[in-house]
Amino acid sequence: MSTDLEQFYEIFFEESSELLADMEACLLRLDVNSPDLEDLNAIFRAAHSIKGGAGTFGFTDMTEMTHMLETLLDKLRKGELEVRSEMVDAFLKAGDVIKGQLAGHRGEGKADPEMAAAVCEELKRLCEETQAAIKSSEEKNAVVSAEAPRAIETSVEEQSPPKDELRITYRIEFNGGDMTDTGMENLFSNLKLLGHLENLTPENEKSRYRLKLTTNKSEEDVWETLAFVVDPGNLKIETEAAGKTDTDLASADKESKQQVSAEADYGFFPGAPAAPNENVHADAAESMQQHSVESEKGESQSASAKSQTGAKATANAAAGETSSIRVSVEKVDQMINLVGELVITQAMLAQNASQLDPVVFEKLLGGLNQLERNTRDLQESVMSIRMMPISFVFSRYPRVVRDLAAKLNKRVELRTIGENTELDKGLIEKIADPLTHLVRNSLDHGVEVPEKRIAAGKPTQGTITLSAFHQGGSIVIEVSDDGAGLNREKILAKARERGLSVHDGMADQEVWSLIFEAGFSTADKVTDVSGRGVGMDVVKRNIQSMGGRIDIESALGVGTRMSIRLPLTLAILDGLSVAVGDQMFIVPLNNITESLQPRAADIKTVSGQGRVVQVRGEYLPVIALHEIFNLRPKVADVHQGILVILEAEDQKAALFVDDLIGQHQVVIKSLESNYRRVNGVSGATIMGDGKVALILDTTALVMSSQQEVV
Amino acid sequence: MSQSQSVATASSIDPINSQMVNEYLTFRLGAEEYGVDILKVQEIRGYDAITQIANAPVFVKGVINLRGVIVPIVDMRIKFALGDAEYDQFTVVIILNVAGRVVGIVVDAVSDVISLAQEQFRPTPGMGSVIDTEYIMGLGTVDERMLILIDIEKLMASSDMGLMEHSFN
Repeated sequence: MSTDLEQFYEIFFEESSELLADMEACLLRLDVNSPDLEDLNAIFRAAHSIKGGAGTFGFTDMTEMTHMLETLLDKLRKGELEVRSEMVDAFLKAGDVIKGQLAGHRGEGKADPEMAAAVCEELKRLCEETQAAIKSSEEKNAVVSAEAPRAIETSVEEQSPPKDELRITYRIEFNGGDMTDTGMENLFSNLKLLGHLENLTPENEKSRYRLKLTTNKSEEDVWETLAFVVDPGNLKIETEAAGKTDTDLASADKESKQQVSAEADYGFFPGAPAAPNENVHADAAESMQQHSVESEKGESQSASAKSQTGAKATANAAAGETSSIRVSVEKVDQMINLVGELVITQAMLAQNASQLDPVVFEKLLGGLNQLERNTRDLQESVMSIRMMPISFVFSRYPRVVRDLAAKLNKRVELRTIGENTELDKGLIEKIADPLTHLVRNSLDHGVEVPEKRIAAGKPTQGTITLSAFHQGGSIVIEVSDDGAGLNREKILAKARERGLSVHDGMADQEVWSLIFEAGFSTADKVTDVSGRGVGMDVVKRNIQSMGGRIDIESALGVGTRMSIRLPLTLAILDGLSVAVGDQMFIVPLNNITESLQPRAADIKTVSGQGRVVQVRGEYLPVIALHEIFNLRPKVADVHQGILVILEAEDQKAALFVDDLIGQHQVVIKSLESNYRRVNGVSGATIMGDGKVALILDTTALVMSSQQEVV
Repeated sequence: MSQSQSVATASSIDPINSQMVNEYLTFRLGAEEYGVDILKVQEIRGYDAITQIANAPVFVKGVINLRGVIVPIVDMRIKFALGDAEYDQFTVVIILNVAGRVVGIVVDAVSDVISLAQEQFRPTPGMGSVIDTEYIMGLGTVDERMLILIDIEKLMASSDMGLMEHSFN
């Protein structure tokens, strides 16, 4: 392997991962009874691109696997055989294998060659089986065409014979000056797979390659093969002449609209050969009009094909340009920091300027106003960079649900609502695990088996709904099912068994929250899916560590809904600022239950040292912040200051501070990045005046108070 | 001559062995003059509002906001027990980039940037100083002045500064 290619590895890995994810999404979307050709094509293209890349880099295991995939897919999209659900399963498995192989090449894991071989066999069998079936019985063929949608039917008839006539010749020019010989050989052999290749490169000119390729593949396919190796900016592909002449083709279009739509459906003839793209548009539109009596499906297909050719035209025009760039999170965070700093500076300027005479400094003040607007816009747009749609998480669940439902013999439909709801990238990464757990739980414990559902008068197919939406300053993610619901009696019985203090009069909410206890499970049997009782407590802890909370609503026999409420971003915290001496601290708002000024009589001491305060019959330990941080407080007596009642991990404590200052949304900064961890402090933030304020670690404070008093 | 040979063999000044001339930012602590590798210096700024940190060593004055980055500030005068730790308009904070972190040190004044050639280095004599000689790269002589060259990276990363988490803590 030449070392020159190594710099492209990372790009290939990332691209392949994305392609695999796309492929999986398409597979899951695929309706076995009426497969969408667009989807099949998309899957095929994904497999093909991976194969091309893997071939270039010499990852033969991946090439083999994708080649098998491709062979079968090619037959499917040409309508030579019909899609069956076992094929989809095989494809999904193949996708997993490729993922494993990819990880193996990345050095992050080990591919499983046995599994790969098994899947390969499976694909081969599916491929041959159907081939044999087609050959042996014409009956089968009839079934295929009868079941396949019209688009496939026409394409089977009209597409297969003129396949050879439709060979297109491409003139390819690219700059390969920095490529090694092995790289070139690989590329040439890959191109030769596509069709007839002629090397027109002049002997004496090594850097500029000129090739002539005659193939029945689309320009896109050729492009993909090349783009892995050649810098797209240097790559030029021109279509020369087709097997058919332009006029032939045009008349063919006019004569047979059927064929045009079939071609357009295929989506791999971007623009009729050598014909301007507008023509295709017109044709496609025309065909659409004339076929308006046809089924809706055909119409929408030609419409989508039309938009696709349109998009492709622009894509080709802007070849080399990309619609997105990969930027490291570090850079984005740095930018967010700088913008935050800019906002503070701007606020400082505004404050200073407010003391100026508005008549004399009219222009300056006007400029400052504009600066304020601009900084706010800038801040908003910079913050939005970190935001990602939640579909990044949701998209993994169709697969989870599909696999698990098959395993448990349940019929489940997954619905997702609000996939475009955006939240912070950091949260996206952290929410995936707890959410997976909740979805699995809903599937395993929530949705019943079909027989039970019928008995309960419900449709056999259960529904799990994932939804996300914004509410106030937070984002709510809900996992709901129409299953059995939580069984109150069962939970209470289990809790008693485990020696938890419960009684029958507990509110539903309290009963439901019992399932978050560690080791709590009401499942009758432990499966490898769930039921061990580990998990819900972890889910709750994970969500709390993100600054969120989880609520359960449930009705027996109707279903369960788990709602996770998270702050919009990890980087911002709602806090109450408190003063002790001349220092300011931030207390996270979600840990505060109340603040009060105690009466002197409510303060008691325990064994002369530990102080407690009586709040509505409860004795809470008093934590004096100035004692912990060795500060000189303005007030020494507890009853002159303020007590902030904190609650963390079901423990309460009263924090004694001089004064409350106000409520802020603060940006969390790490102390550890340049200093070290400080007990009782979870981070720092920068206040409006540019000063640093420490954010208190309420959990640690409350816990330390428990140890002192007990 | 024998002196310069011993300089060359001293492991603590290995980086100087190459013929390159190194530049040092010099600053005053009390009456003494110190130097740190200029490449470790990010910027120099005045001393302003510092937020204290609970239970930190006395020489860790606290943290400041440096354009959105929380930076701990160490007062070298307290650390080295040199001069009175007074804070006036001449007090300067040198922001350093060491061991992948940003740390600020408080010094009495920043003098200038000095280029030192190899022959201007002298090895550190053994002395019962408050500073462990381990953190001193050597002594530099410029005319009549003597510069104490600190291996600032080693010093800041050391456990007795308490700036960084150490596994044995």
